[in-house]
Amino acid sequence: MNLMMLLEMASSAFGERVAFGSKDGSGITYQELYERAGKASQYFKETNAEHVSFLAESNLGLPISLFGSSWAGLPFVPLNYRLAADEVQALADRISPTVTVTNNDLSSIVQGKEGVSLVTGDQLIDITTAGATPDPSWNMDPEEIAILLFTSGTTGAPKAAVLRQSHLVSYILGSVEFMGAADNEASLVSVPPYHVAGIAAMCSSVYSGRRIVQLPTFDPEDWINLVIKEEITHAMVVPTMLARIVEYLDNDSSVKVTSLRALSYGGGKMPRPVIERALTLLPDTNFVNAYGLTETSSTISVLGPDDHREAFQSSDERVRQRLSSAGKPLPSLEVSIRNDEGIEVPIGESGEIWVRGEQVSGEYLGQGKKLTADGWFPTNDGGSIDDGGYLFVEGRIDDIIIRGGENISPGEIEEVLLDHPNIRDAAAVGVPDEEWGEVIIAVVVSRDPESFSESTIKDFTKEHLRSSRTPDKVIQVDELPYNETGKLLRRVIKAEMVKEL
Amino acid sequence: MEIRAGSRLKSSVCQTEVIAVKAPGTEMDIRCGGVPMVDPTGSIPDDPSPLDAAMNGTQMGKRYVDADDTIELLCTKPGEGSLGLGDALLTIKESKPLPASD
Repeated sequence: MNLMMLLEMASSAFGERVAFGSKDGSGITYQELYERAGKASQYFKETNAEHVSFLAESNLGLPISLFGSSWAGLPFVPLNYRLAADEVQALADRISPTVTVTNNDLSSIVQGKEGVSLVTGDQLIDITTAGATPDPSWNMDPEEIAILLFTSGTTGAPKAAVLRQSHLVSYILGSVEFMGAADNEASLVSVPPYHVAGIAAMCSSVYSGRRIVQLPTFDPEDWINLVIKEEITHAMVVPTMLARIVEYLDNDSSVKVTSLRALSYGGGKMPRPVIERALTLLPDTNFVNAYGLTETSSTISVLGPDDHREAFQSSDERVRQRLSSAGKPLPSLEVSIRNDEGIEVPIGESGEIWVRGEQVSGEYLGQGKKLTADGWFPTNDGGSIDDGGYLFVEGRIDDIIIRGGENISPGEIEEVLLDHPNIRDAAAVGVPDEEWGEVIIAVVVSRDPESFSESTIKDFTKEHLRSSRTPDKVIQVDELPYNETGKLLRRVIKAEMVKEL
Repeated sequence: MEIRAGSRLKSSVCQTEVIAVKAPGTEMDIRCGGVPMVDPTGSIPDDPSPLDAAMNGTQMGKRYVDADDTIELLCTKPGEGSLGLGDALLTIKESKPLPASD
């Protein structure tokens, strides 16, 4: 098993289709990607590197490096180019000796470092243009490491999640139909290469035959213009990107993105007002919410287009709530909600989300597999499953607020806050308190800061939440902190609130 | 032949090639067109005679499984033969295509 076997199939079945590039024909076909991956593998081996790393925004060198490293049998390690220089250098040390695919702007970060040899994406294109394509020689050992992905590391040093060939290949075979895309389909990828969704998007598109258009840096206007120009049919965004796209479309009703058949989102909690507005603005687009983790080779649960419509149109609040769910687990794996003792809880009750299946790695470099004896991966995400089988994700268990002995999911409070017309964004955190253990602080961004009133918001939450779950304090701020892939930085907010109060 | 996940096989009677996606790692009698499949680098037996009942074709990208779910083969090159485990023909693993999620 090897990602290269997916590309080999694509190359032999629809080799002439454009794999990465524009609809005007510029870019590379599947056949060309296959040939360049082979030549890149030769080059990577000649450098005597033990890892192939990628330190740049998305470009054509990205798919060539990804598949070339699988061909060479070297782990592919996308690095977060937004980290501080010393953080990137520390990661490079951990994967030395490495050949790093980079660009002119970013190469200086690791230039001259021992154990790091550099090549730019453009140089890699040149290197893989001339010469003969080697015979297929990739290893079919399913245990070979395909990808190392450094996780965000909000506490301590980043951990390197290990995805082996078997995990990624199982994920693709289990969720994507070979050549399932018509030859006029195109997918717009705006998530960065160091996000598991960016890697998964490349693998899925190669296997389905869907052309990829890369947007190296997200901007709502650029995104919309590319959708129109490239007749994009599919796209994946993180919640903050969708919020900005919706805002843009709201401000300019003349803009139409009629080609967009499917829009999937994931990578963080989607505020319900945003998805509801998106469904209204794009009535002909199929929305898909995908929930997954780096350690599970991306998606493990999906809320499909029909689920979105049914929930959106329902007058039953219980069905309508499913718009905030992560849908149903993929048929190729199992999901279970467990309590602290690892025992499955009854339907509707909250606990920790556990997952088991062939795409689930749960392994960190140097730390081994964090799986139970019978193969379950405890995700550290809290959640519940309703009687219809819909999975509700409550966020990291570490973020759960414990007030007066009661476990409270911040998401539940935030959802209510976001329903208030004057609130644009909201976060609920627990801050230590002598009497209650923790008290609930709501930090909100107002649409109209002048008319903000703490007591009005508190009263509003009292109407919609059990009294023990209403915020003890509501604080107005200009903006909430997010990381670049749209994850709310709760720990940052919490630390600030602890300092301030 | 000993078949493990990742093993490649080619047909003796047609262009079919497969990769084992799931396999127990033991000796298995995998056939195509009723004739044992061989290692892609190995030689095809002289004058293999395919069985008519096992010539319904393979489809690229489809996964084939046996009734007991002991083996799963991914077809990487299509051909005219049908895949089998011993005398029993393998069937296509039906999968419900998921909406594109990434």
